[in-house]
Amino acid sequence: MKIRLIEIAHGRSGDKGDAANIGIIAYDDKGFEIIKKHLTEEKVKKHFEGICFGKVERFELPNIRALNFLLHNTLGGGGTVSLKHDAQGKTLAAALLRMELEV
Amino acid sequence: MKEKIRIASGQGFWGDLIDAPYQQVTEGDIDYLVMDYLAEVTMSILQKQKNKNPKLGYAKDIPELMERILPICKEKNIKVITNGGGVNPESCAEAVIEVAKKLGIQNLKIAVVLGDNIKDNIDEIITSGCELNNMETGESIVNVKDKLLSANVYFGAFPIVQALQQGAEIVITGRTTDTGLTLAPMIYEFGWNEKDYDLLSAGTIAGHILECGGQASGGNFLGDWQSINNLENIGFPIVEAFPNGEFIITKHESLGGKVSVETVSEQLVYEIGDPKKYITPDCIADFTSINLEEIGKNKVRVFGIKGYEATETFKVSCSYSDGYSAIGTLTYSWPQALTKAKAADKILRARLEKLKLNFEEIRTEFVGYNSCHGPLSTELEEDKINEIVFRIAVRSKDYNSVERFGKEIAPLILTGPPSVTGFAGGRPKPSEVIAYWPALMPKKLVTHSIKIFEI
Repeated sequence: MKIRLIEIAHGRSGDKGDAANIGIIAYDDKGFEIIKKHLTEEKVKKHFEGICFGKVERFELPNIRALNFLLHNTLGGGGTVSLKHDAQGKTLAAALLRMELEV
Repeated sequence: MKEKIRIASGQGFWGDLIDAPYQQVTEGDIDYLVMDYLAEVTMSILQKQKNKNPKLGYAKDIPELMERILPICKEKNIKVITNGGGVNPESCAEAVIEVAKKLGIQNLKIAVVLGDNIKDNIDEIITSGCELNNMETGESIVNVKDKLLSANVYFGAFPIVQALQQGAEIVITGRTTDTGLTLAPMIYEFGWNEKDYDLLSAGTIAGHILECGGQASGGNFLGDWQSINNLENIGFPIVEAFPNGEFIITKHESLGGKVSVETVSEQLVYEIGDPKKYITPDCIADFTSINLEEIGKNKVRVFGIKGYEATETFKVSCSYSDGYSAIGTLTYSWPQALTKAKAADKILRARLEKLKLNFEEIRTEFVGYNSCHGPLSTELEEDKINEIVFRIAVRSKDYNSVERFGKEIAPLILTGPPSVTGFAGGRPKPSEVIAYWPALMPKKLVTHSIKIFEI
């Protein structure tokens, strides 16, 4: 069955220098099992091809059913150096929630 | 010792809702109002203001705000803690004293935390063996030393605690961590000490939840955002803290927004790295130990937090001037809006090429199509596109190249694709690029001091 990540999770993203952080929070335990299994560093890196030019790090926060991703070399230099419209990566959580998963 | 204290967030950044702190002190009971004004770039802007006028360099909103809320804070015994002193907290305190005199206030004690500004001591610091290498690139600061606009150590909660112990009703600091502003009153009121790592972490996490204002109480909520009521009158978050490190996130009931496990969770994951190692000058907080429980309407209990001993270094935040940038935009309408915008981009780039200007980067985005999600954006059926904003930005060390770029945007209206508008703002002007330089510095090389201003 195909689902879109936005159906089972929400989240928030922001900047840490030139890296973007994306926190993804599942709405329930079942959703957390799905994101824990399917949202791998490799999959996220591939999803952000052409946006993220560095490595992707993943961290787990099972206590709030969340995963946190750090996407390095993603914000065009970060801060006022970046020429991007979304220089702080504010919309990248939504961008990740576009992802379709086969579950 | 008090059994609990209520700490309210008044500002999430400089430029936040002007009325939020006023509502926090008037719509219900609180003990402390904490206000974060400083983003990375803010310090360099303030430093420039101070260079022009030695009496400036702080958030000018503060004296104006204090004029409104100081009588209420005095009457209700609410203490105010803010890092809006920027690079000149002393002048900020003097300005607030003036306001208090004008209001006829008989007695007031303001404490200022000094010592975070190390811009004038950079040479001594380097000579003493601390190289302030860039934390991200490893580069030596010597390469940018002459272009430095600001350099500040991030202080934690303890200097503010000292200020409170001296009886301060208002504490104004320079570069203090956002989390320290909230943690400090807990340490002071509950008598926590420097080795109470779990408690310090709890206060730090409370600070993380408050530091972006309305973002914890329903603002910028990516879950069921349409279910959040009365955002037009959003209540900023309030922490009800207890001596054992437990706390409740809430808001004034009369105001809008929402405090739920979901709204708080989104703020918890905002701008964090490794959740087990959230490093502050006060402690290392473990975000994986946080328990959230909804115990009532707009009440989330936070408990079980663990933490560890702080590191031996302070984070240093420097900024330096690194060239110029400018952004031009034009709006193209149906039909073929996207095709026209892409054609305009091609024409403009060819003209820039012919002019032999020097740019480090030229970036084109089409607002309405791909400026947020880039290659993830779905293809649009062109006949259904009503309009597209062509956005092009350049960056260069060469001011003249950026200035000349600005002169090439408007001509596209009469010499490019048709049905174009949106050039009311005049030529885009070059703005200075301020780059950020994060570094570490041994804590023992830094000393802080407290200065009292009073009536």
